[in-house]
Amino acid sequence: MSLVVVVVYPELLGTYGDGGNGVVLWRRARWRGIRSELLMASSDQPLPDGDVYCLGGGEDGPQVQAAAALRSDGRLQGAADEGAVVLAVCAGYQIIGTSFPGADGEQHPGVGLLDVATVKGQGPRAVGEVLAGPFDPGLPFLTGFENHSGVTTVGPGASPLAAVQVGSGNGVGPGHLTEGAVSGRVMGTYLHGPVLARNPALADLLLDWGLKGAAERRGQELPTPLAVLDDAEEEALRAERLASGSPGRRRSRRRHRTAPAGDDLRGVP
Amino acid sequence: MSPGIRSSAAAVATRAVNTAVRRVGRGSGTVAGGRVGLRLDPSLLEHLGAGRRTLLVTGTNGKTTTTRLLVAALEPACGGPGSVATNATGSNMPAGHVAALATGRRDATAVLEVDEGYLAEALVALDPVVSVLLNLSRDQLDRTSEVRMLSGRWRSALGAAEHTWVVANADDPLVVWAAGEASRVRWVAAGLGWRADAVGCPACEGRITFEEGGGDGWVCRCGFSRPVVDVSVERDGAGTWAVWRDGRRARVALGIPGKFNASNAVMAAEAAGITGVDAGAALRAMGELESVGGRFSIKDVKGVPTRLLLAKNPAGWHELLELVGDDTGSVVVAINARLADGRDPSWLWDVDFERLGGRHVVATGERCLDLAVRLRYAQVPHLTVRQPEAAVAIAGQHGGRVDFIGNYTAFAELLGRS
Repeated sequence: MSLVVVVVYPELLGTYGDGGNGVVLWRRARWRGIRSELLMASSDQPLPDGDVYCLGGGEDGPQVQAAAALRSDGRLQGAADEGAVVLAVCAGYQIIGTSFPGADGEQHPGVGLLDVATVKGQGPRAVGEVLAGPFDPGLPFLTGFENHSGVTTVGPGASPLAAVQVGSGNGVGPGHLTEGAVSGRVMGTYLHGPVLARNPALADLLLDWGLKGAAERRGQELPTPLAVLDDAEEEALRAERLASGSPGRRRSRRRHRTAPAGDDLRGVP
Repeated sequence: MSPGIRSSAAAVATRAVNTAVRRVGRGSGTVAGGRVGLRLDPSLLEHLGAGRRTLLVTGTNGKTTTTRLLVAALEPACGGPGSVATNATGSNMPAGHVAALATGRRDATAVLEVDEGYLAEALVALDPVVSVLLNLSRDQLDRTSEVRMLSGRWRSALGAAEHTWVVANADDPLVVWAAGEASRVRWVAAGLGWRADAVGCPACEGRITFEEGGGDGWVCRCGFSRPVVDVSVERDGAGTWAVWRDGRRARVALGIPGKFNASNAVMAAEAAGITGVDAGAALRAMGELESVGGRFSIKDVKGVPTRLLLAKNPAGWHELLELVGDDTGSVVVAINARLADGRDPSWLWDVDFERLGGRHVVATGERCLDLAVRLRYAQVPHLTVRQPEAAVAIAGQHGGRVDFIGNYTAFAELLGRS
């Protein structure tokens, strides 16, 4: 078993420590004795072959550059079509969708890996702790920190990742805010932290997908279930974050509560 | 009330409030009075700045230290200690500027540290003779602007400020872009250890390529490139030197550590030079300084000799890891995430904590659990002790000096208590 983790364009999509997601996956694989490689992929080179691709947050200008580079490179779409895992955060989440807003106020075409579309929100920037309950019953609460002004609509080809308890997330749907989106092995989220450091169960889900995909592509046997790690430090951090973000204690952080008319709430139970 | 009388009354109110705040022990007394003064007279800063020589210092890292160095450089020519008006407590927004200028002589030379987001306002209000631009990198992204946006704002503001000399770091592309429309610029090769925010070209959104193999050059395909420098920092067996393009040299021998501080001092020497102070004399005066607001000082914390260091973002950490990298003593890392620190400590993942491997490391502060997880994935063995003094006491059990590296409020709290 082996796993290649690729951090996509860290010089463009690395503003909020999201490169840490790649580090978390790589370490958690190696701690289990799985051969794993961590690659930093620069935007002036062809994207390397990988089993898991991590995209992070970025500023408006570099976000447009990264989307253009990924579209012309084409390898991320190719890898996703063959079952590779994509985890995209914030600006990265927006660019793997179908369209997103640039600094110029124009909508730009996304890479189109995930059926989500983002527009610039009318309210203040969504900044603060997020607490969200995943729709996947196998996942515990997600904790993270968001910092964005996008409002993302999840289309019929994808499902929302979680229901927002605290924060804005996708910022759509009155009273029923959702956070992130998922389709097959492609996942997008607004959560920084980095999200996989704060949510090791999510990291292990992606690791499991990555190993399955790698086995399928190489015609190998499917991997055995992942060994349990001692996550005491992650659990202590989670307990603190979940307590500090509980609805009873939070200040007024919810924004974008007013959704544009006709917004879809597909996937919300 | 005439404008002059209104300003005088506002200045008096500023001083009175600040004195009262200090008397009742509710703080260092800089911001409250400044706010009252600005409420009474919105153009107070402009009035207090009129008729005096003002120098500004801004950038993501090194503002407070460079401001203090520049004050030390100018004081001998201005009448000795205390003769230069400055915001020594680091209150670097308009209220802090008002407070700094409301005390002392009306015509005293002023050296002010300016928050990156307030440079444009300060340029208009104070018409400075020199503006020092140190560097720009990510910092507290939950409440400040993205650095590319700041660089653009500096550029327009400096383009409109026709009187100011700009002393700018030629090694930071975002600073070079910011100084690009200024009428008079002195370029200093001040270095740029952390380049993660500098790769995207601010001129064309292409990609900046940095020269490999120890060279300092950088260029984008659009032609935007490192300017010819006026002064650089060189090191040889005999020490550190400021070397000017015309061949002049001056020794840089500081009482505060770090390559980054040598660069800060050369930036300050160049700024002092514009006001007529000999750069060599300026650097000698700066050499007397041994700590800046507690930074780099060694304190006794619960019986443990502790060197206090401040690092609040990835670029600052990059420089400090260079500084402490060769030591072997224990390290206490203290992380808070209050408003002044930035509420989001995700930036810990942009710091190469791997470099602390092999040391005794203690994670502390209000966000010690975030730090502990980061250290786990850096495979740096550590203890986690939430209370900072207790953390120092435990780190001190291994003997020798402890390096305490805190972000803003974590550092300030330990300094205040010890």
